[in-house]
Amino acid sequence: MILWIIKRDLLLAMRRRSDVLTTLFFFIIVVSLFPLGVGPEMNMLRMMAPGVVWVAALLASMLALGRMFSSDYVDGTLEQMLLSPVSLSGLVMGKALSHWLVTGVPLVLMAPVLGIQYDLPVEALMVLTLSLLLGTPVLSLVGAIGAALTLGLRGGGVLVSLLVLPLYIPVLIFGAGAVEASTAGMGFDAHLSLLGAFLLVSLVFSPWATAASLRISMA
Amino acid sequence: MLTANNLECSRGDHKLFAGMNFSVKAGELMLVSGPNGSGKTSLLRLLCGLSVPDDGEICWDGINIRELGGDYRSVMTYLGHLGGIKDDLTAIENLRISCALAGCEIDEEQATDALRRMGLTGRETLPAKVLSQGQRRRVALARLLVTRTKLWILDEPLTALDVAAIELIKGMLEHNLSQGGMIVMTTHQELNVAAAATHQLVLS
Repeated sequence: MILWIIKRDLLLAMRRRSDVLTTLFFFIIVVSLFPLGVGPEMNMLRMMAPGVVWVAALLASMLALGRMFSSDYVDGTLEQMLLSPVSLSGLVMGKALSHWLVTGVPLVLMAPVLGIQYDLPVEALMVLTLSLLLGTPVLSLVGAIGAALTLGLRGGGVLVSLLVLPLYIPVLIFGAGAVEASTAGMGFDAHLSLLGAFLLVSLVFSPWATAASLRISMA
Repeated sequence: MLTANNLECSRGDHKLFAGMNFSVKAGELMLVSGPNGSGKTSLLRLLCGLSVPDDGEICWDGINIRELGGDYRSVMTYLGHLGGIKDDLTAIENLRISCALAGCEIDEEQATDALRRMGLTGRETLPAKVLSQGQRRRVALARLLVTRTKLWILDEPLTALDVAAIELIKGMLEHNLSQGGMIVMTTHQELNVAAAATHQLVLS
């Protein structure tokens, strides 16, 4: 069942490529603007790289959150999902995973290329990619809760940022921290382990919380 | 058997209905009618479990549908105003996905066959956005041909349909009723469906 949802959402994303590309281009442009604005100060750029890339990734992931459930809500598919005999948590998990495949994976793949602009060493680029790989699914899973809670509200877009961005802070701190630790020559394992732990916790709790929020929003 | 005991529902401060009792047995049809805003859709949403009544309970074979959860949802099909049709998907993809969501997966052949029986020959692989209102409605209703659920809850299934399609739907309803199914539906049109018993519920 999860596979059906993922297949459908990926198919829809393929038919509407502009939505996918908007997120990716937003990420590329924001990350590329900083070196242009700051100037060729290598030390400064190296220092700010992890933070800039991670904040851009958070915002890019947020950008597509509004669409996660709203299109299904408008055309009635969400009603059918709520009335499906299969568990709603499973369906929601499928939606969050396809959100990550569409918005998260392209960012992970682009990150090492963009990191070169900041003169990051090879090891730091690897850590950056790895931290994004572990962190971006958390963003999609946690974001799903916010998207479900603000469904059908006017000004839901602003509200969802207020709800969700504070929850993104731990991911941001440890994601960017991993890269900083690696450039400083310290171990980054602990940071990545914590990101992995966040991922596991959100995999378990987020679908359940999102399903409950959807039922509240639709009642 | 679907029973409603002492059902009460309100929208904001406005009370739509209170103390409503009825039961629908195998092979029976219930037609819900009433002017706009009288609570027909609200009633159907209560019956399918999307919303919770202010008071009273809805039971399936004597057990509250809240407790049955997934077991109730697997014997029930709800078709709302919004058909759940995605503009960017073809008719076949739409039908297959809505069937998969309803818990009965079908292959492409079955989907094509169902769409043809709904009079959509030649439109199966067109994206839903180029279909007319009536054709989109037919795609949504095609799900009824494939599902094996007992209880159908249909909200205005006949809107935007032409005479031929209404005859087709009538046949589908009669087929389900003759198999021991139950149907609760709202409609503004006259419809003579042969059923073991037809209840008229008029909301005011």
